[in-house]
Amino acid sequence: MKKLINNPDAVVRESLQGFAAAHPDLVQVHFDPTYVVRADGAQDGKVGVVSGGGSGHEPMHNGYVGRGMLDAACPGEVFTSPTPDQMQAATEAVDGGAGVLHLVKNYTGDVMNFDMAADLAEDGGTDVRSVVINDDVAVEDSTYTAGRRGVGATVLIEKICGAAAADGYALDDVADLAAACNEDARSMGMALTSCTVPSAGEPTFDLGEEEMEIGIGIHGEPGRERKDIAPADEVVDLLMEPVIADRPFTDGDDVLLFVNSMGGTPMIELYLAYRKAVEVAEAHGLNVVRNLVGPYITSLEMAGMSVTLLQMTEERIRLWDAPVHTPGLRWGA
Amino acid sequence: MISTEDIRRWIRSYADRIAEQKAYLTKLDSPIGDGDHGQNMNRGMQAAVAALEDAATPAATLQAVAMGLISKTGGASGPLYGTFFLEAAKQAPADAIDGADWAAMMRAGLDGVQRRGNAQPGDKTMVDALTPGVEALEQAAQDSPSPALPDILQAAADATREGMEATVPMVARKGRASYLGERSKGHQDPGATSSYYLFQAAADSLTSA
Ligand SMILES: Nc1ncnc2c1ncn2[C@@H]1O[C@H](COP(=O)(O)OP(=O)(O)OP(=O)(O)O)[C@@H](O)[C@H]1O
Ligand SMILES: [Mg+2]
Repeated sequence: MKKLINNPDAVVRESLQGFAAAHPDLVQVHFDPTYVVRADGAQDGKVGVVSGGGSGHEPMHNGYVGRGMLDAACPGEVFTSPTPDQMQAATEAVDGGAGVLHLVKNYTGDVMNFDMAADLAEDGGTDVRSVVINDDVAVEDSTYTAGRRGVGATVLIEKICGAAAADGYALDDVADLAAACNEDARSMGMALTSCTVPSAGEPTFDLGEEEMEIGIGIHGEPGRERKDIAPADEVVDLLMEPVIADRPFTDGDDVLLFVNSMGGTPMIELYLAYRKAVEVAEAHGLNVVRNLVGPYITSLEMAGMSVTLLQMTEERIRLWDAPVHTPGLRWGA
Repeated sequence: MISTEDIRRWIRSYADRIAEQKAYLTKLDSPIGDGDHGQNMNRGMQAAVAALEDAATPAATLQAVAMGLISKTGGASGPLYGTFFLEAAKQAPADAIDGADWAAMMRAGLDGVQRRGNAQPGDKTMVDALTPGVEALEQAAQDSPSPALPDILQAAADATREGMEATVPMVARKGRASYLGERSKGHQDPGATSSYYLFQAAADSLTSA
């Protein structure tokens, strides 16, 4: 596998250095402990919204720091959870006196590290609430697993909650909104190829030329099944139907439809897939009132896609439409 | 009796073992995890070793190790091993540690791991290695009021190894491996393996104690 890197151990740091140099108007990057914070720091009286997780999913999460979305993000090593000292420093850096919300994707490492960080920040006098995001329908949700993984809904929840915090919502209200959106969101992804973690140097899993993995996670975790590759419309069906059935989304629901590239799938294919996804949604009577199409939560260079549906309400539409200005998402500002 | 210097030796010995087995731990973590356990533990233990010199008591030493692990390991193993050492530090007596103290410290560490991660024996995690190790220590401490440390440390390491081996046929119910369900069978748990090294490092480095 060829990669545009210098040294596998320096990938995260060198990438963050470039990120900082590219967006000085929006973010500041701190090292040791490593975190990204909005350029203008803590906002007096505003709830701080913090997320974080392993690197390799860019633009998530660092790319969503700025105005109207995240106040800070904590990047870990590639596909490895960040550590509590990073999260604690980020939390304190954005505490404007109204408390801080932690948006945590449901992975054992992320959950436990954020738990420790919340304890440390509370000891330091900051009010913290944590909401765990778990929207991946590919994983059976039972007491026999670590539970559903947090995937595409994370981007949508970061946008909506960032807007709510900017709008003056109190900590409990932003947290309750995040939890409600999580309840109302479902996702599923698929891969055409594996990805290669720089420090591992080899593909995370083997997938034959004629195969695809349905229900893949964003770190190459295995999915529901491996199948022979199929035309895009069939693939979209394989993702959309379980997502719709799981919640279930029903006739007349207003939804946001998010079609995401895993990193390696180009926009030309993604729009082709979006065309079919809208068709499936409409066949179920859903009104696609908002959408997002592009590489927003990736898995390095993996080829593949995911779909996410989020039930929309008037409040959520207003918050989705609110101005946002970050390196990874920008409109109205 | 185990002194502060002995604990430093234990931690260095463990860090050496992790560095040596880094690739193997990562290999174990690939089929049932995300292939980072060796890197994670090595990064964490390097930080733990760097923090050793500044601490003057067993408790302070273990606390420093915990903070090193928590801040540098990442993954699930960072908070789990970090909590293990934090809780063990709280149980450490002010100066010299005997066999019964050691058993109590390791029990406190294991309890902390279970509180943090909610894993039970049988879930195919480090708890499956730590539990028989701690039980062997407690049994030895109960059998004799002042057990010979080298013997009980080796007995505990042996029990930990058996616990590690017993994870092979288990179906994972915690951590990343649980996403695989039945497909997690037939693989040894990486965290149970690094826990065996921890107890074996104690037997190797504290035998003169
Ligand atoms: N809930 C838990 N309780 C106890 N041990 C656990 C638990 N979850 C995972 N483990 C242990 O952690 C080991 C994996 O550690 P590792 O450092 O690879 O973290 P990880 O799960 O890959 O974290 P991340 O998802 O952030 O990368 C497993 O082999 C298992 O022994
Ligand atoms: Mg791992």
